Amino acid sequence: MAHDYNEFNPAWEERTPVIIGLLCNWCSYRAADLAGTSRFGYPATLRDLRIMCTGRLDPTFVVKALREGADGVLVMGCHPGQCHYDAGNYKAMRRMALLRRTLVQLGVHPDRVQLAWASASQGTVFTEMVKNMTETIARLGPLNWQDTAFDESQHKEMEAIRG
Amino acid sequence: MTENRVGVYICHCGHNIAGTVDVEEVALWAAGLPHVAVSRDYKFMCSSLGQELVEADIKEQHLTHVVVAACSPHMHEPTFRQACERAGLNPYLFEMANIREHASWVHPNDRAAATDKAKAIISGSVRRVLELSPLEPLRAPIHETTLVVGGGIAGINTALEIANAGHPVVLVEREPSIGGHMAQFDKTFPTLDCAACILTPKMFEVGMHPNIKLLTYSEVEQVDGYVGNFTVRIRKKARKINTELCTGCGDCWGRCPAKVVDNIYEAGIGYRTAIYRQFPQAVPKYPVIDVETCIYYKNGKCKACEKFCPTGAIDFDQEDEIILMQAGNIVLATGYDLFDARRIPAYGYGRLANVFTSMEFERLTNATGPTGGKVVLRDGVTAPESVAIIHCVGSRDKNYNVYCSATCCMAALKFAHLVKEKTNAEVYNFYIDMRTAFKDYEAFYIRLMEEGTHFIRGRVAEVTDAARIPGEEGKLIVQAEDTLVGKQRRIPVDMVILMGAMEPKDDAKEVAYRFGIGCSEAGFFTERHPKLDPVATMSEGIFIAGACQGPKDIPATVGQGAAAAARVLSLIGQGVVEIEPVRAVIDESRCSGCRICNNLCPYNAIDYLEEEGVSRVNAALCKGCGTCVAACPSQVIQGQHYTFDSLMSQIEGLLYDVGNNQNGHVRVMEPEPV
Ligand SMILES: Cc1cc2nc3c(=O)[nH]c(=O)nc-3n(C[C@H](O)[C@H](O)[C@H](O)COP(=O)(O)OP(=O)(O)OC[C@H]3O[C@@H](n4cnc5c(N)ncnc54)[C@H](O)[C@@H]3O)c2cc1C
Ligand code: SF4
Ligand code: SF4
Ligand code: FES
Repeated sequence: MAHDYNEFNPAWEERTPVIIGLLCNWCSYRAADLAGTSRFGYPATLRDLRIMCTGRLDPTFVVKALREGADGVLVMGCHPGQCHYDAGNYKAMRRMALLRRTLVQLGVHPDRVQLAWASASQGTVFTEMVKNMTETIARLGPLNWQDTAFDESQHKEMEAIRG
Repeated sequence: MTENRVGVYICHCGHNIAGTVDVEEVALWAAGLPHVAVSRDYKFMCSSLGQELVEADIKEQHLTHVVVAACSPHMHEPTFRQACERAGLNPYLFEMANIREHASWVHPNDRAAATDKAKAIISGSVRRVLELSPLEPLRAPIHETTLVVGGGIAGINTALEIANAGHPVVLVEREPSIGGHMAQFDKTFPTLDCAACILTPKMFEVGMHPNIKLLTYSEVEQVDGYVGNFTVRIRKKARKINTELCTGCGDCWGRCPAKVVDNIYEAGIGYRTAIYRQFPQAVPKYPVIDVETCIYYKNGKCKACEKFCPTGAIDFDQEDEIILMQAGNIVLATGYDLFDARRIPAYGYGRLANVFTSMEFERLTNATGPTGGKVVLRDGVTAPESVAIIHCVGSRDKNYNVYCSATCCMAALKFAHLVKEKTNAEVYNFYIDMRTAFKDYEAFYIRLMEEGTHFIRGRVAEVTDAARIPGEEGKLIVQAEDTLVGKQRRIPVDMVILMGAMEPKDDAKEVAYRFGIGCSEAGFFTERHPKLDPVATMSEGIFIAGACQGPKDIPATVGQGAAAAARVLSLIGQGVVEIEPVRAVIDESRCSGCRICNNLCPYNAIDYLEEEGVSRVNAALCKGCGTCVAACPSQVIQGQHYTFDSLMSQIEGLLYDVGNNQNGHVRVMEPEPV
């Protein structure tokens, strides 16, 4: 059943949240596969693509997704200490920390961009993460960065964060 | 520049996709995407007819790229890549859109949303495929040697199968001898044949085999490389014995004054000396000195073993040896651990003397065990007159393990039989359900019923020594609800045996990580496919066999060992492997030589060329994680198949209908007649 996201934030109107997922091939992408084979339902808000490792995370991808109209970006990889390539996820952690700070400067709420872990056997963890993130984004409302990114008067989120 | 012509195929997967996603509509819609020349939906794309459809279109419609929207790429990417290749299209110009696991199966009640999401996924894949470049798989020769880790019955069998086919095997076992759990048993269900009689000849064969190099008392510390060409670092722990000289005569351990409880082989109910051989049929026959127990390592005195050794084989100064080896394939057969019964305090193990674990009982009934096979109480002399056997201890219990350990019902029946045979005691089996699947197992159960064993259906609540009614004094009272008659029962017995769960080895997760494979939440190694590929893993060239993959009995373990061997042999037979050409490549003409990438690579695959002042990726070492690609400030490292452009385009495609993009990427045109 189509969800009414206006309960969370009336700004959604007819729209539903759209989240871009960047999933590591070895863990989270398989966790998403497992969620499928186990028929765990979750909101149809996530559109994911596969990267070999979260170490491949180029911050540009996140900015690109937001610019193309996504309301949030969810990056998921292997648990710390379990990266298939040793430590790509630690590199992703560092990049994400920096990126989120930069995004705040650009008027994007940091919760719109999240990094999380799920091993290949954690279909439930993956499902919960999508649900949680959807709710977070639902509360924040649509980003509409395409319209607002270069219009400073529209930096509402940033103002809200600064208080 | 030839015109791009993409073929898009939407699979129904029977009802799996078509039941939720409006596949016809999606196919019509996809026909309108830029560069799409053919768009079709079909019942089962992975069937030979489905594949032929793709092949025919590639040839007749001159497709330049193919997208199949179906299941996960982990299922059928290889299938369709091969179909492309057969039709003359480079397989890396194919992309799979996962609209089953990631759409139809997870949004079953929302046809509109699932259909919209499928479109977005396909739009992303079409945009991505257009950015892909043809690639040639890397080909590498397969090293003939196989590494087998774990010398239980699984590893023994795998090693023998491969060695008998004429190929070298290195078998690494952590303990001083191979044999695993089976070497601790006296009899095996359901035939009750003697475990040693069927195991020791195989152990002996391993020890003598010209193609098997046996490394016991050893650990694999590090694994690098990939299928066909693994580099493995093994630590051979110091035995403190010169095996060139030792004859295994036993004069040393006979004289060793230091004794310690043997928690491994004797399961804690027997002793061993500081210099010891695990059991008489141990392979290899040489003892080891346990330096923790040995008196010499504590105060510099003793050396009794050295004095009595007729060949001068004791070497107190021997050090660990590091062995580096190349292996083409690896089989993990690391087995299981028995559930620690102390975790269920209500059953009294460790507190009530005559509560035994299953492995303790195995040693108790074993003719080579501490009691010479006599079934007696903890005092070492009294035979029990009544024995309770509790099933599912730590299995099928959400507080411990939810799974069924598959072997305990049968082992419990085996024990019931042995108790009766040896002591004529009354035996009470407390079970939840009797699980005696597989050949001849049910017959064994019937035989036990006829032998007069009592079967009580109900989970035991408590084992206690607090007598409440006459007749209970000095006994262990087993309290359970008999669910068949619907009443509580208290049964006083002399001995209780706890059928503990088969659990993953305590270091299973570390081992999985070291070898780059996955494990379930519990810690059993994950197979590539639970039905169709049970001994392969997601890492090419690494296979699993036996109880490390999940609880199972000896026949199933042996079967898996042989299956893993067959998989290895077929790879060795091919001689070369194809490796995904997902690698990083630096455009040296644009590299600034900043060297940022050099230290980021987990495999040290990036060299800095001093003369040219640029960095270069060594394709043989690179595994294609993409870390350097994302980090290069000049953006001159290309992650093949996951290029910057392909991922950026995929993001655009995924968001084709969002915000200002709406209709932006959709060409309005009539679908081409197909
Ligand atoms: C009480 C009990 C009774 C049973 N009775 C029967 C029976 O009668 N009939 C039957 O069919 N089945 C029986 N089973 C099941 C049987 O024990 C298993 O099926 C069988 O032992 C599994 O063999 P395996 O080689 O996979 O594992 P294991 O026997 O556990 O062998 C694994 C080996 O790998 C070694 N190892 C582990 N990790 C490493 C590492 N990292 N590096 C190097 N070496 C390592 C271990 O030291 C061990 O030698 C019983 C099980 C239990 C618990
Ligand atoms: S990070 Fe880029 S520019 Fe710097 S050395 Fe590596 S490839 Fe060259
Ligand atoms: S992609 Fe780069 S960082 Fe990753 S293994 Fe290859 S060279 Fe090393
Ligand atoms: S491989 Fe999963 S995060 Fe690196």
